[in-house]
Amino acid sequence: MPGPDLSCEFLNLHFRNPIVLCSGVIGTSVNLLSRAAEVGVGGVIAKSCSLMPRAGHPNPVTIDWGGGIINAIGLTNPGAETEVHMLKEAREALEPAGVPVIASIFGGTVEEYGEVARVISRATPHLIEVNISCPNVADEFGTPFSGSCESAAEVTAAVKNATTIPVSVKLAPNVPSIGRIAAAVVEAGADAITAINTMPGMVIDAEAARPVLANKTGGISGKALKPIALRCVSEIARAVKVPIIGTGGITTGRDAVEMIMAGATLVGVGTAVWYRGVEGLGEIVRELEAFMRKERYTRIEDMRGLANQ
Amino acid sequence: MSDHLFHHHTSGLPKAFSVNKITRHNERAISIFLDGSLPGTQPGQFVMAWLPEAGEKPYSVAGLDPIRLMVVDVGPFSHALYNLNEGDRLWLRGPLGHGFEIQPEQHAVIAGGGFGIAPLYYLAMELLKNRCKVQVVLGARSAGDIIMADEFNRAGIDLLVTTNDASLGMQGLVTDGLKKVMAGQKVDMVYACGPSAMLTPVAQICRNAGVPCQLSWEAMMRCGMGLCGSCELEEGSGEPAGWLVCLDGPVARHD
Repeated sequence: MPGPDLSCEFLNLHFRNPIVLCSGVIGTSVNLLSRAAEVGVGGVIAKSCSLMPRAGHPNPVTIDWGGGIINAIGLTNPGAETEVHMLKEAREALEPAGVPVIASIFGGTVEEYGEVARVISRATPHLIEVNISCPNVADEFGTPFSGSCESAAEVTAAVKNATTIPVSVKLAPNVPSIGRIAAAVVEAGADAITAINTMPGMVIDAEAARPVLANKTGGISGKALKPIALRCVSEIARAVKVPIIGTGGITTGRDAVEMIMAGATLVGVGTAVWYRGVEGLGEIVRELEAFMRKERYTRIEDMRGLANQ
Repeated sequence: MSDHLFHHHTSGLPKAFSVNKITRHNERAISIFLDGSLPGTQPGQFVMAWLPEAGEKPYSVAGLDPIRLMVVDVGPFSHALYNLNEGDRLWLRGPLGHGFEIQPEQHAVIAGGGFGIAPLYYLAMELLKNRCKVQVVLGARSAGDIIMADEFNRAGIDLLVTTNDASLGMQGLVTDGLKKVMAGQKVDMVYACGPSAMLTPVAQICRNAGVPCQLSWEAMMRCGMGLCGSCELEEGSGEPAGWLVCLDGPVARHD
């Protein structure tokens, strides 16, 4: 029997396998994106960028609290103009391996999202992910746009008006009905959905009587996030027809299988770098393949959404 | 999910320690000794030191039992550490990163530049425990910037000091001292810690001499966990492209 085929089609794009480096983890340079591609991931998503450069939050910005990690990096990025050069170079570097490069954008206002999308489109990334769900900049920007159908749809429409590149909108888990929000952004033109961003949380040090993160609150990722992400992706898959990048707590090939069975087409991995090193991202791909072989699945799509039936 | 898949260190939550003792090296460098240990920590690994309100920064472990950190008063956070008193609290998460590898009964030469020598005395003690022959070269701009020399001397370690201005020891750079020490003898391993501008030439000297080396890199660090990308070394360092000091290092081995 021939080996399983891990390749998948996502919108108009071909991925050699469904594992993608998700936004926010080591997506800061051409060399780091290349490194993720070299260990075997199918695609890479750069760290979110805004119109102007941002330094992010002061330290501490991350903690491994046991059940997962919590972070409040604060969307550190060099600004859209610099990001255009990085993305262009990354596209060229990853082209021979056939690894798509996905941009991630965010803004403080609806108009700014459109503006960043316009600038970033000059780099012709294969896809633009719209981060409307970062939980760590609410002090500056207020409640994330992912919080209501109306605001999520408004940002989506603004980005769609600004670019011809396909768009995936990244949603937050902490909403009453993520399926309704997904439906609203698809109605507004989203070509795909990325779910989920980190879950807002807080870690307090009892001796210090203080939150550990300088930002006080942060986003939970890693192990604790997986069941939350699976539920969200499953709900979205039943609510809309567009493809989903499922992400949240995926650390093994088996986790990736579960995410695909919840309805994801691509599977984002990020915090896994902490648990398993950059090489671990490639190991996840190989574990996924081994699972398919063992369970006699020949194609990724044969597993997609199985848990929703 | 089985834990054996995860080869990585666990840093966990910050652990609260108290300052037991403070010793002064010069007008801006001190060593802080804490009231505990972090068992299993290798020389060359680092901790993230946290003071609520002041922030969090990486520090090499300069001694383990008790934990020792060397602090140079150069910025707002190190200033807050510098101003701690005995009995004050300090939080550490770690150990993090990959430390120095030690093989018993080798001839080791240690090179340290400027204030980047924090882990080297602890390393020397571990090498001696492993029956290694240890020679040390410490270099700085001027005599006042040479620290820890007294401790190496007290331990009876063969020490060569270099200063740019010839105010102490041999005139020249630490790399000049290293070349001098390595000349005409068989060295099994060179260990080096200091600024990037020192480590790249150290690697070149060792390559020319056919001697393996282990370099401990410094970088601006934020997450300390390999996620944020802040500590990626610049191209030209001699390490592979996209090398992260916190995750891949801080120690890089060149054979």
